[in-house]
Amino acid sequence: MASTIRVRATSSGETTEVQALIQHPMDSGFIKDSKGELIPPHFIQQLTFEYNGKPVFTADWGGGVSKDPYVKFAFKGGKKGDELKVSWVDNKGATDTTTAKIQ
Amino acid sequence: MTNTDNGFSATRRLILQGAGAVALVGLGNLPFGLAPAFAAANDKYPEEAFKQKSEADAIKSLYGKTAEVSDKVKMDAPEIAENGAVVPVSVTTTLADVTSISFLVAENPVALVASYKIPAGTMPSVANRIKMAKTSNVIVVVEAGGKLYSATKEVKVTVGGCGG
Repeated sequence: MASTIRVRATSSGETTEVQALIQHPMDSGFIKDSKGELIPPHFIQQLTFEYNGKPVFTADWGGGVSKDPYVKFAFKGGKKGDELKVSWVDNKGATDTTTAKIQ
Repeated sequence: MTNTDNGFSATRRLILQGAGAVALVGLGNLPFGLAPAFAAANDKYPEEAFKQKSEADAIKSLYGKTAEVSDKVKMDAPEIAENGAVVPVSVTTTLADVTSISFLVAENPVALVASYKIPAGTMPSVANRIKMAKTSNVIVVVEAGGKLYSATKEVKVTVGGCGG
């Protein structure tokens, strides 16, 4: 299966800007389907970005984050060609991980 | 003789247990000043904070303190969101030593939407997309130097994002 995570990390020399887009339903558990039944909660709880084995950014998410979530941040350092590791885990225990080369 | 020995060690054990309990109670009473270091070492998902209905309870559960309004916290959110399912909100701050940034929506069924940990070396600036059930205040909380600062903005929603 193709990765659910799309990451773009761009170094400007001093800082690295990271944009991530993840495919996930992010069901909050408050929305009803067409039959009027509640769709059970299914959302990413934690998303981490690691550079050089250290976390540079951690997101704790609830069901209030939009479907197919997007997040953008930046950190100091990060060399072109180096790898950034991204992984998430959802409330059902599903996970996905990918690595992106800093451009 | 053996009996006496057993009696003695049992008493000793009791005393030790008592001491342990006192030590634990002592830990619980640590002043708030020490709490951030404790929280930073703890990477666990804040399950309880994501169950709170009001933004005040969520902030309390997450940080154990209250936030003061600061104009150094700059939030960018639309005046009117046509689609409450996808509301782009970003925040940036000139505050130093930022350790965490959280997004809350007062009128959502669960107020806390997202909480980001900002390690040293990461910029205190985050952009994301959130869901809004209806017109509501959006609150951003920034933890900097162990204190909480916030900014609030009302976003009008024409179509809700939380169904119902």
